[in-house]
Amino acid sequence: MNTVIFRTIAPYLAVLMALFSVFVLLRGHNEPGGGFIGGLIAASALAIYGIANGVPSVRRAIIFHPIHLAGFGLFLAVSAGIFSILIGVPFLTGIWIYPQVFGIELPLSTLLMFDTGVYFVVVGALASIALTLEERD
Amino acid sequence: MVGPTAPVFFYLSLAAPIVAAALAPMLHRWLGHKAGYVLALAPAFIFLHFAGYLGETAAGSDLVPGIAAGGRFLFSVPWVPSIGVGANFYVDGLSLVFAMLISGIGFFIVLYAGGYLKGHEHQGRFFSYILLFMAAMLGVVLADDVVTLFVYWELTSVTSFLLIGFDHRRQAARRAAIQALVVTGGGGLLLLAGLLLLSTVTGTLSVSAMLQMGDGVAASALYVPILLLVLGGAFTKSAQVPFHFWLPNAMEAPTPVSAYLHSATMVKAGVYLLMRLNPVLGDTLLWETILPVFGGATLLTGAILALRQTDLKLMLAYTTVASLGLLVALTGTSEAEIIKGAALYLVAHSLFKGALFMVAGTIDHEAGTRDLTKLGGLRAAMPITFAAALGAALSMGGLPPFLGFLAKEVMYHGTTHHPDVWMVLLTGVLILGNALMFAAGFTVALRPFLGPKVETPRHAHEGPFMLYAGPVTLASAGLLAGLLAHLTGVNIIGPLASAIVYRPVEVELHLWGGFNLALALSAVTLTLGALFYWKLACVRAVVASFLDLVGWGPDKGFDQFVGGLVGLSTRVTRVVQSGDLERYITLSFVFVAIVLVGGMSAFGEWTGILEAPDLTFWEWAVILMALVGIWAVLVATSRLTAIVSLGIQGFAVALIFMLFGAPDLSFTQFMVETLSVVILALVLTRLSLVKSDHRPFWEAMKDGAIAVAGGVGFAGLLLTATSRPFNARLSDFFSEYSLQVAHGRNIVNVIIVDFRGFDTMGEIAVVMVAGLSILALVRHRARGVTGTEPPREADAPTEGEA
Repeated sequence: MNTVIFRTIAPYLAVLMALFSVFVLLRGHNEPGGGFIGGLIAASALAIYGIANGVPSVRRAIIFHPIHLAGFGLFLAVSAGIFSILIGVPFLTGIWIYPQVFGIELPLSTLLMFDTGVYFVVVGALASIALTLEERD
Repeated sequence: MVGPTAPVFFYLSLAAPIVAAALAPMLHRWLGHKAGYVLALAPAFIFLHFAGYLGETAAGSDLVPGIAAGGRFLFSVPWVPSIGVGANFYVDGLSLVFAMLISGIGFFIVLYAGGYLKGHEHQGRFFSYILLFMAAMLGVVLADDVVTLFVYWELTSVTSFLLIGFDHRRQAARRAAIQALVVTGGGGLLLLAGLLLLSTVTGTLSVSAMLQMGDGVAASALYVPILLLVLGGAFTKSAQVPFHFWLPNAMEAPTPVSAYLHSATMVKAGVYLLMRLNPVLGDTLLWETILPVFGGATLLTGAILALRQTDLKLMLAYTTVASLGLLVALTGTSEAEIIKGAALYLVAHSLFKGALFMVAGTIDHEAGTRDLTKLGGLRAAMPITFAAALGAALSMGGLPPFLGFLAKEVMYHGTTHHPDVWMVLLTGVLILGNALMFAAGFTVALRPFLGPKVETPRHAHEGPFMLYAGPVTLASAGLLAGLLAHLTGVNIIGPLASAIVYRPVEVELHLWGGFNLALALSAVTLTLGALFYWKLACVRAVVASFLDLVGWGPDKGFDQFVGGLVGLSTRVTRVVQSGDLERYITLSFVFVAIVLVGGMSAFGEWTGILEAPDLTFWEWAVILMALVGIWAVLVATSRLTAIVSLGIQGFAVALIFMLFGAPDLSFTQFMVETLSVVILALVLTRLSLVKSDHRPFWEAMKDGAIAVAGGVGFAGLLLTATSRPFNARLSDFFSEYSLQVAHGRNIVNVIIVDFRGFDTMGEIAVVMVAGLSILALVRHRARGVTGTEPPREADAPTEGEA
């Protein structure tokens, strides 16, 4: 698998996939996509980058340990639920706001926060498994 | 402000020990052992609060009747209203007396612990445990709701475990702690079952409501199981024969614990429960047989074994067992006159036994030993402790004018009231038991102090104030309560006995009741007791030789029971958890195949699903692709090729999802397939297996058969399920409300993050934990640390080479 072609294009591929995963996450509410699929794509990106350029460079690139990302994701998802309680509605009820950013109405919700949490859990858990397996020690 | 007119103070009383427990380690760091003075404020506050319930009118109001005037108080807090469980509390004569004993004795125990464990590095922790126990015990006696009662009941077992095992570096302490937890915890489970059955029969979770039902429970079909289960809980907690063995072992705990939990309070929880449920479960032939028989047996066993001991604490522990037996036997008569005696004895026992335990601890603390054979002549060195010991022993022996004397008079008066064969027998057992306890009590109180001075490990001198405050006060309380017999009777014993029999009982106590039968029996008891005391060495030798003859006791039986249990579970685990991954997977698939194929055949579901589907040619092409993938898996020469080929089949399935209008599902399937191929390939490289998978022919046939059977079963299930008329209610709901309520056009995503958000949260938590576990497993193996049994894969290369 470690051909020159693969090693050369893998970083670009990984970046594209990571970008695409965020796109998939954000469009998920209205079009096919969402946090789970996005997380899977991002995890694949990291796995490809790791196979081509070695695990240390992946670890450097994502700064945090992947399992910390997963923990952060779970925290984010639960916080989205607790946020609803603080407002006085049942746990995990979706709360929406529509701020104007540069003249464009931007719909934001606790659901997005929740879905982002799902994204991080999936990418964190899968990447930590994949990277640990890739590491030769 | 105290008393029932201020409910907030009632809740504060429940919370005070918990708050104090939380503050204890910090206070101990600041104040050292003097933190005991501050922490003792919590029980003092509780005691004062409950003192306000006494009398004809409650403190703070002339209109609220006090406990003496038949007042009863309910405090309710909703807890789980949907199933009728409330944090409800009930104060009547019974719970009040218990609450005052717990807080009153608790006050001195906290002080005593301050002196006894002075300089111990974990004294703060000890304060926390004992205050937590206090909170739990208060809850047990005050709870009205049976669920609340049970929770507090278990908390007392748990805190008792922590306290017995406080000195956890000693093996004996650990064993005693586990033993107590197993026995009382096991009993707790019986109690839970009993209480739930009881609430099913009565239709209420409230004890106070059950009390009003009279004999309803005794007439029900479930009466016998309820009674036996509740007795299982009460007898284990209150150390009745044959469960008595854990209590003497619990003496491994520091002395404040023995004085508090294992004499004055926790072990009485079982007695409390019996007294509390006497109106509900009592007054039946079964009750009046089991309780006196077991109680009487416990009384004699405990009292006889007590005289055999030479350790002060063990001696007291066995007399505690005996006293608990006495209380159970008396409660079991359901006779108001005898219950009065039980009520008196309950209070008297808590006072004198608490005092004697603290005395034993002080002797141990100051002289360095609590072995009777190494003690003597301490009266000059420890005069205050000696006085307290004497006062407590006089009450225990039942000499006038102490409270113990009144208790003995009243119980003899009660049992001789309507003499029949049983009552005469019971009276005989009581006399013998009391005489033996008389001897044990005076042995503890006199032997270390009288006689010639013996050289002790430490140079003995009087203990500090913290150590003698408790014994002196409790012993004096026993004397005072006896001297003020009339007041004690009206204010404490009367309401207590009324609560146990659940009808007003008049209690008129006099120190001097004239020459009567009870007094004569008292005289017999004292004479017998004095004889036992005089001939102690002789009694001890007889008991010891008898025990040697038997050679087996429940304590040894407990070890055999635990050993057998561990052996059994080891054997079962070896069968069920072989550690062989291949066997697990084979079993799972065989089970799935049997359930699906067998189940569908049994219900005749195979008909009508084998029609040729009407598909377009490109749909057939995708199916062909899946088949090619499967064929490639079968003929692959290396494992890696097989895994990649499996991916082909997975992609084909994803394409099918796409063709049939499920883009989200298809999308996910693509990613999952990709990642599983990558991860499986990575796993393979780490496992260093042989490249190809060679199996013997019969093994390949067997695995193939299982795979085909499972696949056919699943296919059949799916075909059958989808051939039914489709119920569109849910899909209609989601497509209608997805955009309207959840502002999303992608129904699948809206379901995941909004409608079923809670499910998703659980799922991602599982993903997270799975990730963590795999990470830990891989690292574990990477470090070369393997378990006792290495998985088979690790052995595979050597097998292949061979």
